[in-house]
Amino acid sequence: MRCVLLALLVGIALVGVSMRAQQYPSDEEVNTVATGIDLSGEWTPVREEDNTGNTELGDWVGIPMNEAARLRAMAWVASIQTLPEWQCRPHAVSYISRGPSQLRISKEVDPVSRQVTAWHMEWLRSIDKAVYMDGRPHPSANAPHTWGGFSTGQWIGDMLRIETTHIKEEYLKRDGVFHSDRIRVNQFLIRRGNYLTFILVEYDPVYLTEPLVRSTEYQLDAHQNIPPYPCNVVEEVDRPRGIVPHNLPGTQQYVDDVKDFANRYNIPWDVITAGAETMYPEIQAKITAGRAKK
Amino acid sequence: MNKILLACAALAACFAARLIADQSRAAPASGDDLEILPVHGSIYMIAGAGGNIAVSAGKDGVLLVDTGTAENADKVLAAVQRLQRQLQMQAPAVDLRWGAETRGTLQNSLNPYAPVKPIRYIINTHAHADHTGGNLRLAKSGRTFTGGNVSGDIADAGQGAAILAYENVLNRMSAPTGSQAPSPEGAWPTDTFHQESMKLSHFFNGDGVQIIHIADGHTDGDSIVYFRGSDVIAAGDLFLMTTYPIIDVDRGGTINGVIEGLNRILDIVIPEFRMEGGTMVVPGHGRLSDGGDLAYYRDMVTIIRDRIQAMIKKGMTLDQIKAAKPTADYDPRWAAASGPASAAGFVEAAYKTLMPKPAAKPTTTTKKKSQG
Repeated sequence: MRCVLLALLVGIALVGVSMRAQQYPSDEEVNTVATGIDLSGEWTPVREEDNTGNTELGDWVGIPMNEAARLRAMAWVASIQTLPEWQCRPHAVSYISRGPSQLRISKEVDPVSRQVTAWHMEWLRSIDKAVYMDGRPHPSANAPHTWGGFSTGQWIGDMLRIETTHIKEEYLKRDGVFHSDRIRVNQFLIRRGNYLTFILVEYDPVYLTEPLVRSTEYQLDAHQNIPPYPCNVVEEVDRPRGIVPHNLPGTQQYVDDVKDFANRYNIPWDVITAGAETMYPEIQAKITAGRAKK
Repeated sequence: MNKILLACAALAACFAARLIADQSRAAPASGDDLEILPVHGSIYMIAGAGGNIAVSAGKDGVLLVDTGTAENADKVLAAVQRLQRQLQMQAPAVDLRWGAETRGTLQNSLNPYAPVKPIRYIINTHAHADHTGGNLRLAKSGRTFTGGNVSGDIADAGQGAAILAYENVLNRMSAPTGSQAPSPEGAWPTDTFHQESMKLSHFFNGDGVQIIHIADGHTDGDSIVYFRGSDVIAAGDLFLMTTYPIIDVDRGGTINGVIEGLNRILDIVIPEFRMEGGTMVVPGHGRLSDGGDLAYYRDMVTIIRDRIQAMIKKGMTLDQIKAAKPTADYDPRWAAASGPASAAGFVEAAYKTLMPKPAAKPTTTTKKKSQG
């Protein structure tokens, strides 16, 4: 009989342990809030070769665009930004760290445990990007998408890995190179003293053939204050209701606009349109060969 | 030996009990596989029952915009009631913190056991079966408001939920006397309108509810439903987050009507902040959206329409236009694999509705001889 009782106790204990494991976060989850370093502060971008500021029309090098993305960029005209719906569009999380903007990182702290439960990031002309560290799951596929997306973070040693989903469709470069709302962005933040390396790895099954990897360097600036970015929608262009500006395929503008960059820098058109190939050093040979052919 | 066997049996029983408990959590009860998303205020979105369903739930009962497919009707009903019980748990029906000598607040904890309020209204955005299929079952389960000029004349007017729609929805779901109707009579709209819009005669769960007809868009019977307090628009199939617009040409749909509908919704939308949030839009299919998503969709449909229109002006045939791939830049995101929402299907529907209509031949009248 004692054996039976013992077995019952073992069984109940095992069931209890299993239930308890479902109620409380795992050790791994707890570690996401307990480790890492402080990222909070005012950060200013450092200009270097990988962050050259504003783009030029038709500059698609370094972007693993597919044919659909290229066709869409060719139809794009800047005048579309004057539509009321787009005048105050912020830069989405997929682009903003590439823009020439300062960055403020602040932290949300649990008043009881004093652990960081979320990081908040804001740039000029962006909205608050929260990075949750409390182990919450990402929303369902039916949930709305935002410019900031939905982000969760995890420490890998002192590097913060952020996974962002639920991002609205937006530009990868401000010359008509778009990503879709199916994009997923991983970010890696590495702090080394007063420097912060911000790496983006972007996966878009719609418009990118390979992950797009970009990085930005920031430097701590204790005197910085991000200026406000007020924006009011006005009637910028007097046009009939329902007009959406774009270049029609086959028109002269459709070709001229996008070839401006290629012509100015003497870059062969087949290089401009080479997509993922333009991310790798071997593209230099193609540029040389193309120029020689001319 | 018997003791060992008995111990093993007890252990097995413990694990079996655990397994059953796990399975009972995993196996969804009716309606559990439908997703309920909070939208704004009193409005929720049910996904997974066919077309999306916008739900107004609260103290007045339930109003549904569309009802999903017929086969999912019971699940929808279960999901609606699950939502209502959750709301009842959150908000006690009556605040009893007075009259302490005779009334205790403990009663509030029993509120979740009160029967849920019925479905009062169903509004159909159009006639397709993935949006009206649940009409019969869900309307039958409900009970509409009656009063004033209705209750005195019609004894059974309160039986079942009222079904509201634009007149053409009734025309599409019913049939002339003697013909077989595509839908059972109990699924037909009970209240229709012919004008540009119709308003519910009173607030419902705190919302003024406006039904706005969009002419010749997805079909010739489209409506959008605007909940003015909660600031939510149910767009029906004028706006999809899954594919290109499906233009039902045989039932009066046109690409220009779709674009007009999208612009009309954008006219109403006010973003909370920088084209995000604010007025929320429940699309006919796909994820919950806002004005930013809608504007991108409007841009895409307009740009493709302009391209096809320009090709028609050049004299290109449908086959030539299809071969020119005017949708190529949007296909990876919006083209369905086949059918009317595929690239070819969308181009064909747009082409058919953009082609100038042949001029009507002048009718020749023959003078009848006088019989006198």
